[in-house]
Amino acid sequence: MTDRDRAFVAFDGVQKSYDGETLVVKNLNLEIARGEFLTMLGPSGSGKTTCLMMLAGFEVATHGQISLGGRPINNIPPHKRGIGMVFQNYALFPHMTVAENLAFPLQVRRMSRTEVQEKVQRALDMVQMGGTEFAGRRPAQLSGGQQQRVALARALVFEPDLVLMDEPLGALDKQLREHMQYEIKHLHERLGVTVVYVTHDQSEALTMSDRIAVFNDGVIQQLATPEDLYERPENAFVAQFIGENNKLDGMVTAFADKEARVHLDGAEEIGALAVNCQGVGFRTMLSIRPERVLIAEPSAPNQLQGRVVELIYLGDHIRCRMEVAGRDDFIVKIPNSAKHSMLRVGETTPIGWLTNDCRALDAA
Amino acid sequence: MANGDSVSGPILAADGRPLRQSLARALRLQKLRALMLIAPLLIFILVTFAAPIADMLFRSVENAIVPNTLPLTVAALEDWDDASGQPPGEKVFAALRQDLLAAVAAKAHTKLGSRLNYEQTGVASLLRKTGRRVKRMEEDGDLAAQFAKIHKSWADPETWATIKRFSSAYTSGYFLNAVDAKLGATGIEARPENERIYIFLFERTLLLSVVITVACLLIGYPVAFLLATLPMRTSNMLMILVLLPFWTSLLVRTSAWKVLLQQQGVINDTLVFIGLVADDGRLAMINNQTGTIIAMTHILLPFMILPLYSVMRTIPPSYMRAAKSLGATDWTAFWRVYFPQSVPGIGAGSILVFILAIGYYITPELVGGTSGTFISNRIAYHISSSLNWGLAAALGVILLVVVLVLYWLYDRIVGIDNVKLG
Repeated sequence: MTDRDRAFVAFDGVQKSYDGETLVVKNLNLEIARGEFLTMLGPSGSGKTTCLMMLAGFEVATHGQISLGGRPINNIPPHKRGIGMVFQNYALFPHMTVAENLAFPLQVRRMSRTEVQEKVQRALDMVQMGGTEFAGRRPAQLSGGQQQRVALARALVFEPDLVLMDEPLGALDKQLREHMQYEIKHLHERLGVTVVYVTHDQSEALTMSDRIAVFNDGVIQQLATPEDLYERPENAFVAQFIGENNKLDGMVTAFADKEARVHLDGAEEIGALAVNCQGVGFRTMLSIRPERVLIAEPSAPNQLQGRVVELIYLGDHIRCRMEVAGRDDFIVKIPNSAKHSMLRVGETTPIGWLTNDCRALDAA
Repeated sequence: MANGDSVSGPILAADGRPLRQSLARALRLQKLRALMLIAPLLIFILVTFAAPIADMLFRSVENAIVPNTLPLTVAALEDWDDASGQPPGEKVFAALRQDLLAAVAAKAHTKLGSRLNYEQTGVASLLRKTGRRVKRMEEDGDLAAQFAKIHKSWADPETWATIKRFSSAYTSGYFLNAVDAKLGATGIEARPENERIYIFLFERTLLLSVVITVACLLIGYPVAFLLATLPMRTSNMLMILVLLPFWTSLLVRTSAWKVLLQQQGVINDTLVFIGLVADDGRLAMINNQTGTIIAMTHILLPFMILPLYSVMRTIPPSYMRAAKSLGATDWTAFWRVYFPQSVPGIGAGSILVFILAIGYYITPELVGGTSGTFISNRIAYHISSSLNWGLAAALGVILLVVVLVLYWLYDRIVGIDNVKLG
């Protein structure tokens, strides 16, 4: 892979302010490789959509440079960037039929009538909307899922190298949304197109992406593969935002190699993997995934006592809320297998985990 | 789509009655309630608006005054052939004398005179003069000669032809008059060149209304576009400026244009001052069509902006963005994506402005002079000055029909369901 492909899209020191007083995007540096599926994930107001709009050309970066294929695009108007985009509410032109919607980007590129027809049909086939009954319909006559497919086809029909998607599945119901996630993922794999995807739904991001950039407060908190992001969060925000997380607050008492000894506020001392804690005497937040907590497992190196507060039966697993180290929001997921003895509310049981599963992060 | 009813017959409710009937029964109370809620307004409208208009429109064909005032004469004239070129016989004059005696007693003969004067000038004075002398006539003498002695018009078969032509209770005379025609001896004929005015006025009214509508659209569209694309707070501020004229009297606004546009007015003075126009070549911008167009465009502009704005407000900005991301230039994105979606607003605004303009009265009256007046000014003249209500009604009916025809055409071409006010 050449340098240009590795940094097919590059944000270089990009800042954005709307009012001249606060920065919505603070010093963004991001490189997206050709053919990559990158998701910008974050709560609303975190700056992810602003980044997408700057890339599309609808917002101007206050500072810094954005380049596409090695070429700076700051001063190129949106219609010359050749970037496909799928909008939150699809933005299908209501006065045009499905076929006319798809033909629009080809017509403005002055393609011949036959070429337009051929490409429109191919694009419709691609999203399984090739049936003759669809081409002549108006967007309002389609279901939400069908509109979504047409919007996708329209963003791809002129064969852009880069496609931006701004929460494209937000308006669909849960089942359809999951189905479309796979479909978009497969489409991406088949076409090899670069996709920048914006969402606030973490499961969507984990399902589809090659890499995820977690945004908060105008800054990328972590840029990593879905697996890394879930297994190895680098700070408290990411640990809390991605998946379910148990947090325990404490103070670092000792620091050796990669292991930190942490004195919990609940008066016990345990070991944790030092990831992002500043050193002895500083406060830290410990992060443990609920499914990594071991119940009544004497071999576990870190042992605490937990009192069962609430049990919720969820079929494949049982969700157990416990009181641990003075906090009563400690969640443990117990797989529904014969091996585990049933817990009862009010019972106290030893819990533990491997040192590597407990990450000492910055105190948020 | 297949209709379930046509296959299985009417669907029955649980009690065996047709479902449709049961539904109607269930909804009846609701409908009754709705009707009662609008009843006060409905009655008010019927009494104060619909009924007077219907009465007014009816006057355009009503002609009862002739058969009511001259019942015997009208009956006697039936045997007279108006193409004979001879005045009618003694029997008709006897009937006329009797009718006139009754009419003079009831003081109805002058009204009859003014009615017939619309059709033939001179009849009013003829009837007044005859009315003064009819009592002194000798009953047994040669009545035709006596009438002819009072006024020679009585010997003229044309006078009698006019009476006979307008002797029925309903007449097309007002309508013919309103389209510059009259019922002559040989049927419908055009009025002489120098008496024609209404067709010309209708044409001018339509033409000026179209010009005003187009001007409003050209000026209003960019304003509405700006209002719709600005952030809510700024656009609300500007919206107040658009609505501001509604808070001042129409008369004040029109008079303000008089101040601005007149020959010694602000605009002319400025143009002379900066040397664009010579002092002796000051522009005539008022008391002509220019004045009417300028003032009415200004006054009707909000009626164009408001529907445009409310339609544009509903067009999400993402459409334009989508078009641009797909490769369209700003202009293509506007023309192919934004503009078609704003057409319902253009339709609504144009209909509103056009229909308001076509019936406008005060502004053309004040700033229109003679070349900038509308048909409505003529109607007003006949209502309040000449008191020819029949003609005014006929002109009004024609105006109404023209508007309805245009509305129908518009519906056929653009489709009235494409019009929306937001």
